[in-house]
Amino acid sequence: MMMDAIIIENAFQEKIDRDLCIEPKDQMPEKYRLHLIRQMSQHAHSEVIGMQPEGNWITRAPSLRSKQILLAKIQDEGGHGLYLYSATETLGISREEMIEQLHSGKAKYANIFNYPSLNWADIGAIGWLVDGAAIVNQVSLQRTSYGPYARAMVRICKEESFHQRQGYEIMANMMKGSTEQKEMAQDAMNRWWWPALMMFGPHDSDSPNSGNAFIWKIKRQSNDVLRQRFIDKTVQQAELIGLTVPDKDLKWNEEKQCYDHGAIDWEEFNRVINGNGPCNKQRMDHHIKYHNEGAWVREAAAAYQKQINEFN
Amino acid sequence: MTQQEALYKYLLRLGDNALIQSYRLSEWCSRGPILEEDLALTNIALDYIGRAQNLLQYAAAIEGKGHSADHLAYRRAEHQYYNNLITEMPRGDFAYTIVKQLFISTFEFLLYTELCHSKDEAIAGIAGKAIKEVRYHWTHSRDWCYRLGKGTAFSNDKLQQAVNDLWMYTGEQFEMGAEEEMLSAEGIAFDNKALQSKWLEMVSTVLTASNIQIPTESYMQTGGRKGVHTENMGHILAEMQYLQRAYPDATW
Ligand SMILES: [Fe+2]
Ligand SMILES: [Fe+2]
Repeated sequence: MMMDAIIIENAFQEKIDRDLCIEPKDQMPEKYRLHLIRQMSQHAHSEVIGMQPEGNWITRAPSLRSKQILLAKIQDEGGHGLYLYSATETLGISREEMIEQLHSGKAKYANIFNYPSLNWADIGAIGWLVDGAAIVNQVSLQRTSYGPYARAMVRICKEESFHQRQGYEIMANMMKGSTEQKEMAQDAMNRWWWPALMMFGPHDSDSPNSGNAFIWKIKRQSNDVLRQRFIDKTVQQAELIGLTVPDKDLKWNEEKQCYDHGAIDWEEFNRVINGNGPCNKQRMDHHIKYHNEGAWVREAAAAYQKQINEFN
Repeated sequence: MTQQEALYKYLLRLGDNALIQSYRLSEWCSRGPILEEDLALTNIALDYIGRAQNLLQYAAAIEGKGHSADHLAYRRAEHQYYNNLITEMPRGDFAYTIVKQLFISTFEFLLYTELCHSKDEAIAGIAGKAIKEVRYHWTHSRDWCYRLGKGTAFSNDKLQQAVNDLWMYTGEQFEMGAEEEMLSAEGIAFDNKALQSKWLEMVSTVLTASNIQIPTESYMQTGGRKGVHTENMGHILAEMQYLQRAYPDATW
C-alpha cells in the first residue's frame, strides 16, 4: 500500500474508533465507500420496490380510511427511497447510475419484496412484520458511522414505527372480525413470518463478510442479535391478538430469557436471493417497464429546464 | 324534490368526483415517470380521498338513514354514482393524467372559490380546505403542461393528443341539474354555467403558453351526472368495492 493511503486509513480508523461520524467531505478508504454505496443503494431500492406489493392493494382497500393510511404509508416509503438516494449520492454516485445497477442486477433490494401480497391482511402483515423487522435493523443503523446514512435512519425510523403500529392495527381488527377475516390474517401470518426472519440475513456463523462492516462500525449489531430482538417483541404481539406463529419449535427459554425458534429454511432464502422467488421477475419487470415508460417525461423536463437556464 | 334531497344529490356529485379522481390518481403509485412524481400524484390522490370522505360523510348525514361515508363510497350501484365522466377515464399516460388534472383543477378552482361563500356552513368549510389543495393541484398540472408542451417535439405531441382526447369530456362539468338550480337559488350551490367562460380562458392561457392548440370540437359527451357512465365505471367499482361486496358483514 502507498504510504499516504496508509496514513489516510489510520486517520480514518482512529476517527471510527473514537465513535466520530464520517462525513461526505472526509477522506475514507475506497472499500468503505463502496461498501456503503452497495448497502445504502440496496436500502433505497428496497424502499422503492417495496411500494409494489403494497400498491397491489391500493385500488381494493376496503374503506376510505384504510385507503388513506395505505396510500400515505406507501408514499412514506417512496420518500425514504428519496432520502436514501440523496444520502448515497454524497458518496459520488448518481441516482440514475444506481437505477441502472438495479436493472442490471448488480444492485439488490430486500428479498422480502419478492413475495406476493395475496389478501388484504397481507397489508397488515407487511406493516407489522416487515416494517417491524426493518425498524429493528434501522434503529441499530441510527448509530452507523457514515453521517448522512445515520441521519437518514433517524428520520426514517420515526415513520416506520407508525407503519408498524398501523399494520398491527389491521391484523388486530381482522382477528376481531368474521371467521373469514381471521383466516385471512392467519394465512398472511403463515406466509410472512419466515421471510421476515430471513430479513436479518444469514446466521452470524455463516456470514463471514461482515468483519469490515463491524470494524468500520457500519454495522454495530449482528444478524442473530437483531433477529432475536425482533422475535421476542413480535411473538408476544401475535399472541395478544390470537395469531399463531407458524413455528412448532418456538418456545420460551427461561434460562436465556428469550424465545428459541425453529430452523430457518436457508435453501429457500438462497433460492429467492438468486432470483427464483415468487415475484423476482415481476418486481424487476415492473420497475423497468415504468422507468422506461417515463423516459420521455424525464427528457421533456430536462429539455425544458435547459431552455429556462439558457433564457436566464 | 325537497331541498334535503337536492342537497344529498349535490353532495354525492361533489363527493363522487373526488372519490373517482382519487381512484385514478392512486393507480400511479409505483408507476410514476420519476419518484418525485410518484409522490406528487399520490399526494393529490390523498387530498381527494380526504375530500371524498368529508363530502360523503356530510351526504350521509343529510340522507339521514344512518349510513356511513364508507357505505356511500362502497355500496352503491353504478347508476347511483354521479361523478363527471372525465374522472373515470383511464389513467392513460402521464400527459393524459396531467391534462385531465388541469381540466378538473381549473374547474374546481373556480367552483370551490365560490363554494367558500356557500350559505351552507359545512360546504363552505369543506370548500375552504379544498381550495388550498386545489391551488397546488392546479399549479402542479400547469407546470407540467409547460414542461411537456415545450420540452420535446415528442412530449408536445403527447400533450396535444391528450388535450384532443379529453376535450369532449370537459363540458359536463358546467351542466346544471334541477338540484343545482334549486340550491344555487338559495346560495348553497353555485351556477356551474357561469364558470365556463372563465374556465376556457384559464385553460387556454396555459395551453397556449405550452404551444398547444385549443380544440375547436364542440360536441360534449355527458351522462355521469345523471348516473349514466362510460364502460370504465363498472370496472372501477368491481375493484374498489370488491372486499365490501364479498364480505358484506365484515368491518375493516
Ligand atoms: Fe421505509
Ligand atoms: Fe415503512
